[in-house]
Amino acid sequence: MNHRIGWLIAGLVLALAGASQFLLNDYYQRVLSVIAINIILAVSLNLTNGISGDFSLGHAAFMAIGAYTSAVLTLPVRMKAIVLPDLPVWLGQLEVPFVFALVLGALLAALIAALVGTPVLRLRGHYLSVATLGLMVIVQVVALNWQPVTRGARGINGLPPFTTPLWAYGAMLLTVGIIWRVVHSPLGRAMIAVREDELGAACRGVRVFRTRLAAFIIGAAFASIAGGLWAHLITAITPASFSFLLTFNVVAMVVIGGMGSISGSVAGAVLLTLLPELLRRVETSLALGGQPLYGLSQVVIALLMLGVMIFRPGGLFGREELPAVLARFQRRRSAQRQAPHPSPSS
Amino acid sequence: MFTPTYLAQQLINALNLGSLYALVAIGLTMVYGILRLINFAHGDMMTLGAYLALAGISALVLPAWAALVLPMLVIALVGVLIERLAYRPLRGAPEVAMLITSLAVSSLIQNGATMLLTAQPRPLRVPSALTQRIAFGDLSIAVMDLGIIALAAVLMVALGVFVKRTTIGIAMRACSENLRAAQLMGVDVNRVIVVAFAISAGLAGAAGVLWSSKFGLVDPFMGFVPGLKAFVAAVIGGIGSIPGAMLGGYLLGFAEVFFVAFAPPELSGYRDAFVFALLLIVLLVRPAGLLGRGEVNRA
Repeated sequence: MNHRIGWLIAGLVLALAGASQFLLNDYYQRVLSVIAINIILAVSLNLTNGISGDFSLGHAAFMAIGAYTSAVLTLPVRMKAIVLPDLPVWLGQLEVPFVFALVLGALLAALIAALVGTPVLRLRGHYLSVATLGLMVIVQVVALNWQPVTRGARGINGLPPFTTPLWAYGAMLLTVGIIWRVVHSPLGRAMIAVREDELGAACRGVRVFRTRLAAFIIGAAFASIAGGLWAHLITAITPASFSFLLTFNVVAMVVIGGMGSISGSVAGAVLLTLLPELLRRVETSLALGGQPLYGLSQVVIALLMLGVMIFRPGGLFGREELPAVLARFQRRRSAQRQAPHPSPSS
Repeated sequence: MFTPTYLAQQLINALNLGSLYALVAIGLTMVYGILRLINFAHGDMMTLGAYLALAGISALVLPAWAALVLPMLVIALVGVLIERLAYRPLRGAPEVAMLITSLAVSSLIQNGATMLLTAQPRPLRVPSALTQRIAFGDLSIAVMDLGIIALAAVLMVALGVFVKRTTIGIAMRACSENLRAAQLMGVDVNRVIVVAFAISAGLAGAAGVLWSSKFGLVDPFMGFVPGLKAFVAAVIGGIGSIPGAMLGGYLLGFAEVFFVAFAPPELSGYRDAFVFALLLIVLLVRPAGLLGRGEVNRA
């Protein structure tokens, strides 16, 4: 029965996303698509940072990998001759459908995640955070210097605008569905066991290193897909697009939503996509000494995160999922209806 | 091309960069040793120090020594304040909570500075006496470069004496070895943590002043990558060990400068990538670092 509700919601979301393409103007369509992309990012980051208990800061790097892969693979051949004339011949004459480009980007990101994760995830402590930030710097540096393929600091623009709300929400539903299945599979239980007690899990026969690596690789692959979608939504990418700011915002979504909760990541992504959109008007209109307050929304997000860490470390949802939260509300309400003063047994 | 003069020049550059990395890495390793916190806001103490020096030199017309000492003291205070407001409420929470908080503090400083001071890099002009070059035969060295090397050395020796000889310094090393045991032996852990944050932030503030006077620019994001690289230095030396952080800082400075000096010129753009590739190699081959105690267990 739960499954049927899931399919129903998925169908409804897809139908609404499709309808939005006829009903809403470009701006709202874009905001809607960004929400979906951010959900993909937050839910996939939650797999490491919430479920398996490591703390990755590599999402900007994996997004960049997906974005550049998809950009180079899908750019029409005659555009490549102008924009990227120094591309290796086989790449210059290749034009791949969007879906395949996304999948190839995901595979590449997974491969790189495996390369980075193998030395780092064997260690205790939060070496992964620094190593993945390092990876972000490496990816940025490569994108800046690998002129024939990435055009360096100028970036690649004029990408085909493939990403419509329908694409974005389709990919989002697929991501949430797959990650939900992973978390509720034996592998997902192993991840949670590793998070809760590494030694205990190992004693029970969980292969700790492999489990942590799996979470990291799966998260990276979906981040890459989000990067590809984002590239073809904005239609222009530069190395500077994939900075610490991007990673930080995804981390904030996961933390504010509640690390370990998929529903929380979704809620955090929606909230933190809409917040800057609303604050953007304040930034430009509320001028301090004639200066627009650029950076205000980031300051608000940082303060929000500090507040959450101190006053509500579990975030909005803690580690629970939406059905459990709703059920608890229902129980509480029916208990209140039966006895105005709740008895100790309820 | 690789004449002795060229080599000596690169040596000076490496010592310079290494001194700065070492100053920043010491603070990271001190705080990590006691709290197991990777302090991502550490590099931003450099930024704040640089902005204070900028204000001191251009607005208050302070002499050079005051433009260094004043930011150091103020940033030490800022470090204590951040510890009190952001990290102390999380004592006893999972380790990752403080790491997340440090990310938020870092973002707050970077974007607060952007909001109030704009992201535009500002030039920092040091007194001309410091940019003069002294000639040693073919070799010419800026006074400032020698100053940075000497100053960093003095600060590190002072720190070494402090940690070895004073009561609070010894307490700090005890906490780094085993926080619980130190507490049971009557060490006032909160006081040690406050002192550690003050020294750590103060050194980073000094490094920020030196960094921005060497490169001549101040901007809200300037401390971020040096802060990360200092972490690489701390890991190379063995995180948690103060001598290790010094050694790692100098080694990283040498590795980076000599990579740029001797690798083919088309690769020199990849210097930052080289540094972080080095981190991955160290974590693979010797995760406890050169002088580490090997407490990093393998899963």
